[in-house]
Amino acid sequence: MNARNSYPSLLDPDESDGSGGDSSGQQGHRIIPGELDLSHKVILYLDDINVSFDGFKALNNLCLTIDAGELRCIIGPNGAGKTTMMDVITGKTRPDSGTAFFGQSIDLTRLSEPEIAHAGIGRKFQKPTIFEQHSVFENLELAMKTDKRVWRSLFACLRDEQRDRITATLRQIRLDAQADRPAGLLSHGQKQWLEIGMLLVQEPQLLLLDEPVAGMTDDETMRTAELFVSLAGKHSLVVVEHDMAFVGQLGGLVTVLHEGSVLTEGPLSVVQEDPRVIEVYLGR
Amino acid sequence: MHKPLTLRFLTALDGKSWLALGLFLAVTLVAVPLLHLYVAPESAFHVSAYAITLFGKIMCYAIVAVAMDLIWGYGGILSLGHGLFFALGGYAFGMYLMRQIGRDGSYQSDLPDFMVFLDWKELPWYWSGSDSLWWVALLVVVVPALVAFVFGYFAFRSRIKGVYFSIITQALTYAAMLLFFRNETGFGGNNGFTDFKRVFGYTITSPDTRLTLFGLTALLLALTLVFARWLVTSKFGRVLTAIRDAESRVMFIGYDPLWYKLFVWTLSAILCGIAGALYVPQVGIINPSEMSTANSIEIAIWVAVGGRGTLIGPVIGAFVVNLAKSWFTVSFPEYWLFFLGLLFIVVTLLLPQGLVGLWKKLAVKPGATR
Amino acid sequence: MTRYLFAFLLYACCASAHAALDAQQVRRLAAEDSSDKVAAIEQLTQTADPDAVRVLKAMADDSLFLAGDRVVIVDGEQAFDAATGRAIALPENPESITVNNRIRGELDGALAALKLFDTDAGVRLASAQKLQSQVSPAMAPLLGRALEKEGDGRIKVLLTLAYAQSRLGDADPAVRLAAVKALAETSSPTIRSVLLRLTEKASEPDDKVRYEAVAALQSIDGRLALAENLARVFSGLSLGSILLLGALGLAITYGVMGVINMAHGELLMVGAYSAYAMQSVFRAYFPAAVDWYLPAAIPVAFFAAALVGVLMERTVIRWLYGRTLETLLATWGLSLVLIQSARVVFGAQNVEVSNPSWMSGGVELLPNLILPWNRIVIVGFALFVLLLVWVLMNKTRLGMFVRAVTQNRRMAGCVGVPTARIDTLAFALGAGIAGLGGLALSQISNVGPDMGQGYIVDSFMVVVLGGVGQLAGAVWAALGLGIFSKLLEGWAGAVIAKIAILVFIIVFIQKRPQGIFALKGRSVE
Repeated sequence: MNARNSYPSLLDPDESDGSGGDSSGQQGHRIIPGELDLSHKVILYLDDINVSFDGFKALNNLCLTIDAGELRCIIGPNGAGKTTMMDVITGKTRPDSGTAFFGQSIDLTRLSEPEIAHAGIGRKFQKPTIFEQHSVFENLELAMKTDKRVWRSLFACLRDEQRDRITATLRQIRLDAQADRPAGLLSHGQKQWLEIGMLLVQEPQLLLLDEPVAGMTDDETMRTAELFVSLAGKHSLVVVEHDMAFVGQLGGLVTVLHEGSVLTEGPLSVVQEDPRVIEVYLGR
Repeated sequence: MHKPLTLRFLTALDGKSWLALGLFLAVTLVAVPLLHLYVAPESAFHVSAYAITLFGKIMCYAIVAVAMDLIWGYGGILSLGHGLFFALGGYAFGMYLMRQIGRDGSYQSDLPDFMVFLDWKELPWYWSGSDSLWWVALLVVVVPALVAFVFGYFAFRSRIKGVYFSIITQALTYAAMLLFFRNETGFGGNNGFTDFKRVFGYTITSPDTRLTLFGLTALLLALTLVFARWLVTSKFGRVLTAIRDAESRVMFIGYDPLWYKLFVWTLSAILCGIAGALYVPQVGIINPSEMSTANSIEIAIWVAVGGRGTLIGPVIGAFVVNLAKSWFTVSFPEYWLFFLGLLFIVVTLLLPQGLVGLWKKLAVKPGATR
Repeated sequence: MTRYLFAFLLYACCASAHAALDAQQVRRLAAEDSSDKVAAIEQLTQTADPDAVRVLKAMADDSLFLAGDRVVIVDGEQAFDAATGRAIALPENPESITVNNRIRGELDGALAALKLFDTDAGVRLASAQKLQSQVSPAMAPLLGRALEKEGDGRIKVLLTLAYAQSRLGDADPAVRLAAVKALAETSSPTIRSVLLRLTEKASEPDDKVRYEAVAALQSIDGRLALAENLARVFSGLSLGSILLLGALGLAITYGVMGVINMAHGELLMVGAYSAYAMQSVFRAYFPAAVDWYLPAAIPVAFFAAALVGVLMERTVIRWLYGRTLETLLATWGLSLVLIQSARVVFGAQNVEVSNPSWMSGGVELLPNLILPWNRIVIVGFALFVLLLVWVLMNKTRLGMFVRAVTQNRRMAGCVGVPTARIDTLAFALGAGIAGLGGLALSQISNVGPDMGQGYIVDSFMVVVLGGVGQLAGAVWAALGLGIFSKLLEGWAGAVIAKIAILVFIIVFIQKRPQGIFALKGRSVE
């Protein structure tokens, strides 16, 4: 599962490795710096990631591989390192050692948060962190995938297709009636959905979702599960959750983290029976 | 539909606001000059030179207040050293005014009086070109912008925020003030620049010159308000307020807060610099006490009294506080500081939205379910 | 050995002639011309005779008279022959021998020189020290003799320097050269200026002597510079200890409540004015014990400032919890109110607060290095306060609560720590310490209504640099900043030093935004 891949040299576009999925056949493919390269079907490599905070080891030789289009769930007890792992992927925390690659060529340990977001990784936080003073519409407008530099923003004008996109998303997250309401006035569940909506309009390739259904009703939880399942394939999703029912609804492989490294991986049914998992997390 | 830029400018303000602005310009550009020049001094309608200078000065402060609102009200950056940029612009223009004195100073020399007094034989290199209005105009914009840019770049890049940032801006203006107090710095030491004779070739104390400066200031204030309103209603403005409310979240969406903050910070400094340049010929003096920390902190209270994040609030605040200051220092000088201090306390405790916020609350209460 | 023998013989000869001084020499003391008197004094001095001391002392006391052709000492009702020392009848109309300032100066020098032969080492030492600045070439033989006789090491060194000085005017260049070489060991600024003259061709024709003088000057300058730097380090230490007292309070309140109190400088002012008040009280009611106003002022300063702090916290600051930027503004308003109140109550002018007598003066380590007592006491006081605070924070329950609230307010509240009360107490403590800082400040600086303003920026820099939550940070930052800025001041002047410090802090914050010592663990944004 955790195969260590050798990464093709950035400077040698003609290096052939024979992996499939590429129409150019036997020859190697060009690697364009900055562009997501999914030629090996893997969208996220984490290899031997170590993170300590003043002596406390949060991540301990963590290895994780996510395939493109996959829907992966991460479970584990508190303190297992789930949020820290997300911090490393999104650039908030630099690992002490180890490699983290987005696709074949984008080194996550060298980019800043905005750059990583721009590269195609979107994150949803545990606590909904939307912009309370802005309206629902504006929240989506801000998150939308577009040129986000200062000069562009000064003269930016919402194009028709962008406006339609936002409206469509509003409908998808069932907040079309609340479009002009300040986001701070939404209910908790609605805020969670708004944040998911913001994630969608960002059009990321990889979605990182940290406890997306915390505080949601059962109905909302089910709708969220449906949404995520529909997204898988075109997008890749990594979902951190405690709600086992929700995890079950998602399907997909489950990775169990414990004390900073991977304890085991597999389908939920198998993982749930694993005695080690039961001992550290699920309980008897 | 892509709106052309001019249309966007025009729609920045709503109808009522354009009307108010027009009224303001009519009063300052037409009514005041008439009342000053053609109405007898004894009449109640006469506008005295004192009033013109006072209001001209306050309008300069109003521009600074708007600049401060941009970074604080909309950007969440509280600067306690913004007086520095105001003073830098003032000093830059002051150099030009000193050169305009020509040989009419006490020592009848080409050099400004204070340089003769220090026994300097020629102008320092950084004074070169100061007799050219265009060069000085450039300096008025560039010097505050450069200082702001460099300082802001390093400060924002290291993600200094909140209180720490405010303190560091305070230290910055304090250090600059100490620097300008020295005679060797070449800006008049603790006396600064004064005794101006001419500006643009016209006598500085003549009514026409006074009115022209007054009018220019009013125009600039109006332009600043329109421009600021356009800025905050654009996408840039929305990103800026998002940065104010949740900076790290904004980063995860893909915006780099550094450049947004730096842009508005530098813009704000430029506005202050221009306001300072218009202030100096009207008031007739500039010295290092303009860079004092107390002055810079007062700017914040103008904005707080008027109402943060409203643009017009800070203008109102600047007028209210400075008129009060004028009145107090004439009638009850010992009480001014008590009043100012209590104003700081009361406004932050009880009026967090300022006067504009109070007005809005009162306007909404009777009747309407908005 | 033979040298000593010879000297002893010489002395023995003189001793045997002890019975009387040369009457002619003594007679010349009463000469009309001052220069003759001076010459006589010099000659008498050369004899190194204890009797000469007696005569010269009498002359200095205005009890030397001329009776006929004899010089007599009149002491009240008794009279003595000056030359022999024998008692004689009181003369009829003795003519007093006038002593003008110049002669008095000569007498002083002569008496000091003669004291070099006193049996008491203490007297000799004092005299040798006094002589350092009063050396004339004529004294050379006398000094030489004293040097030969001298056994005490310390006095020998001083005598060597004095002797060398007296030889600087000798005709023989070799003698001058040797004298200059000997003088290279001094740290005295006066000798330095003497040597400085010798480097000029006009005063010193011989090349070798000039070069030697230059070399000697370099050696002296090096030693002087060291002393100057030590003085600066000490000055920095004293500044640092005041910064520490000022910033410690700020660090505590900022750590606990996240509040930067712009009125903190005014708490210092309250402490300083407490000192003034106590001084006035003591002067009015306990004038005899006025030196003890300072210890009495310690609790007054602490509690007065603490009270003001509590008032600030209760009326304003607690209502702004969480809104740090507004707290800056509101506390600035408080500061204005406090300053104006001080103006109204105490007047806008600075008031005079003087050091108690046991804090005046200083300790002299080197000729140009004097450590003032008042600063030494302040450093000691600051360390004492620091120790008390450390004990309070680390060994008491209150301290534990304060630290808990600093690190995680919500959690502390959940486990039952009364956070509101802790806030007030911590604020009071921080304010009280600031008051003590103001008390210390009153001893070395001006006391006026806006004295606190000058220390706010510095205190803030200490807090920013030192980080929050740990005392150690504030200590290192305060001392470091104090010493660093004093050293820098010596090089580049006060203004450049301040600017450099500011730039340094901005750069430092880039690399380490949490300060020198930050709280451990995952920081909450």
